[in-house]
Amino acid sequence: MAGRIIIDIERCKGCGLCVAVCPKNGIAISKKSNKSGYFPAEAANSDCTGCAVCAIICPDVAIEVQKDDSGKDEIVSQQGRKTKPRLVKEKT
Amino acid sequence: MKTVFKRTPTIKDYPTHYCPGCGHGIAHRLIAEAIDELNIRHRTIGIAPVGCAVLAYNYFDVDMVEVAHGRAPAVATGMKRTNPDKIIFSYQGDGDLAAIGTAEIIHAAHRAEKITVIFINNAVFGMTGGQMAPTTVLGQVTATTPQGRTAASEGYPLQISELLAILPGAIYVERRALSSPGQVHKAKKAIKHAFELQVNSAPGLSLVELLSPCPTYWRMTPAEAMDWIEKEMTKVFPLGCLKDVSRDL
Amino acid sequence: MCGNEALAEAAIIAGCDAYFGYPITPQNEIPAYMSRRMPEEGRVFVQSESELAAINMVFGASATGKRAMTSSSSPGISLMQEGMSYLAGAELPAVVVNVMRGGPGLGNISPSQGDYFQATRGGGHGDYHTIVFGPSSVQELVDCMPLAFDLADQYRMTAVVLADGILGQMMEPIRLPSGPPRRFDGEKKPRRKPPPKDWALTGAKDRPQNIVRSLWLGEGVLEKLNYKLKAKYEQVEKSEVLCEQYKVDDADIVVVAYGIAARIVRGAVQKAREGGIKIGWIRPITLWPFPTEQISKAANEFRLFLTVELSNGQMLEDVKLAVAGKAPVLFYGRPGGGVPTVDEILDKIRQLSIPQKRPATKRRIKKQ
Repeated sequence: MAGRIIIDIERCKGCGLCVAVCPKNGIAISKKSNKSGYFPAEAANSDCTGCAVCAIICPDVAIEVQKDDSGKDEIVSQQGRKTKPRLVKEKT
Repeated sequence: MKTVFKRTPTIKDYPTHYCPGCGHGIAHRLIAEAIDELNIRHRTIGIAPVGCAVLAYNYFDVDMVEVAHGRAPAVATGMKRTNPDKIIFSYQGDGDLAAIGTAEIIHAAHRAEKITVIFINNAVFGMTGGQMAPTTVLGQVTATTPQGRTAASEGYPLQISELLAILPGAIYVERRALSSPGQVHKAKKAIKHAFELQVNSAPGLSLVELLSPCPTYWRMTPAEAMDWIEKEMTKVFPLGCLKDVSRDL
Repeated sequence: MCGNEALAEAAIIAGCDAYFGYPITPQNEIPAYMSRRMPEEGRVFVQSESELAAINMVFGASATGKRAMTSSSSPGISLMQEGMSYLAGAELPAVVVNVMRGGPGLGNISPSQGDYFQATRGGGHGDYHTIVFGPSSVQELVDCMPLAFDLADQYRMTAVVLADGILGQMMEPIRLPSGPPRRFDGEKKPRRKPPPKDWALTGAKDRPQNIVRSLWLGEGVLEKLNYKLKAKYEQVEKSEVLCEQYKVDDADIVVVAYGIAARIVRGAVQKAREGGIKIGWIRPITLWPFPTEQISKAANEFRLFLTVELSNGQMLEDVKLAVAGKAPVLFYGRPGGGVPTVDEILDKIRQLSIPQKRPATKRRIKKQ
């Protein structure tokens, strides 16, 4: 099962708790700040399993978590609301 | 892809003013989820404290009132007694509940007011700049204990949950932490139970104490603050259910 | 009925939904009476742990749209000032009864009028006012209760009823309000219709959330609220003054007194009139809004004003303001629980020497 996180970059304050708890080291702090001057979190790899511990610990309720229920596609984590999803590879 | 985690409706779409890594945001979400899961949004009234969470009414999409420092349990009494069908909850920090408001919380519990109290314990007074709180632990450096809290001069940290659990009118008292996803999960259960008891008209006051991080005034990173809760705070404020008359403990 | 119990019953008849209070002499009959009667009527009674808690319970009940009241005496009212400031800032209706006793500090349990400043100058922090009634008989105490609740609802303000230890304890035959309440001049008047409380916290069902608050951090927002409050208070000052006048037209001396002092003054003034002194009185029934206009008008004729209070002179200042230097304003008072007798005041009146005309004022224009 693959998963992906959608981070609301204007809500995120870059506290880094999601980075600390992610069991897949799948989140990192962006080098680009949001409108408030915070450096929000962003997906760092494609290993997301949709476990949602990041969302559970997020104090700003800034993360939406999705899980692939089709069993077919592995999609890289998507950040923010403006970037387009990139399909990286298909599961064999 | 199906969504497995999404912001619950009772949390407004409004970025909070809380510091990065502050526990208030987590606590707010858990309360909002409990309200939505129990389907009580339309009859819930919340009480915002004086403290960092004074603007809580900008974040919870329910009827809310902002009251004088520490007086929330008295205000809750006035509201619940005249509106027994409404779900009344107060949300208070350690200045509000454990300093100026100790009389009000003890007497609301003593009178077995059928309300739900969420007590955020972050061992400092956040809003005013990190002064000592009644819950500050020994040795902790704060704006008013620059040498660290000493028992001789400042007394011991106040254990509110233990104090209240003695009162027959306090029917559910549990202390949890917001220090890791696992702990947050348990905190959610406690909070939901505290609301459920009121929904079922249980005959008394429910209080959930939440050990919460204040990275800013603990002078730590958010992740370090979470660690400090688990390693240091829980020594003084042990986690667990102190009392639950509904489970015949 | 005794004053304390009578006002409690009048509050119940007026539609009080909830009473929260803490014992303090000389008003203990009020919570005791309410503890029995409110549950009989299916309403709420709570003996709070303190006056601090009581006023906050009132705040809570009022925020949900209910009619709530509390009562106390001077030291307890001091404790309530924080809550009363919050009530004003949040624009919540409430009724607070102060059965005044001697002060300052713990004082004594004798009647006094030493809380006039506290009551009429807001009392707590911030720029606000409460409506203040100063009834001078048990009947008036009874009559002002429905008016207090109605005005509180209409203007979203606190209405303070200033009684004192004598009024609270004394027993007089009264007529309880049934049907339209009596006006203070004795005529029957229909109750005002309370405006809908769509701001109240009743649960956000099918509507956006309501917020009751008094913190406004945004630039200029609190200032705006304060102007709104000021406009409201000006409306109250225009429309809600109540005052009684007696034989002012030909009077050389006008006594100004309220509450129990006015009862004693009445006896003295009547005796003085019998003795040939041209004397009258102006008796404020609302202390805020104060009958400034009525007193100012009376001061247009040159006469002596004698303020009589059970204090060291508090309403005296409002009388002086109203008279605005047009006439002399004298004072007689007994503070700290002292109560004057009719003869004492009569003596004081007889000692007054009345100047025959307004003294000439000299004006000098400075030469260049």
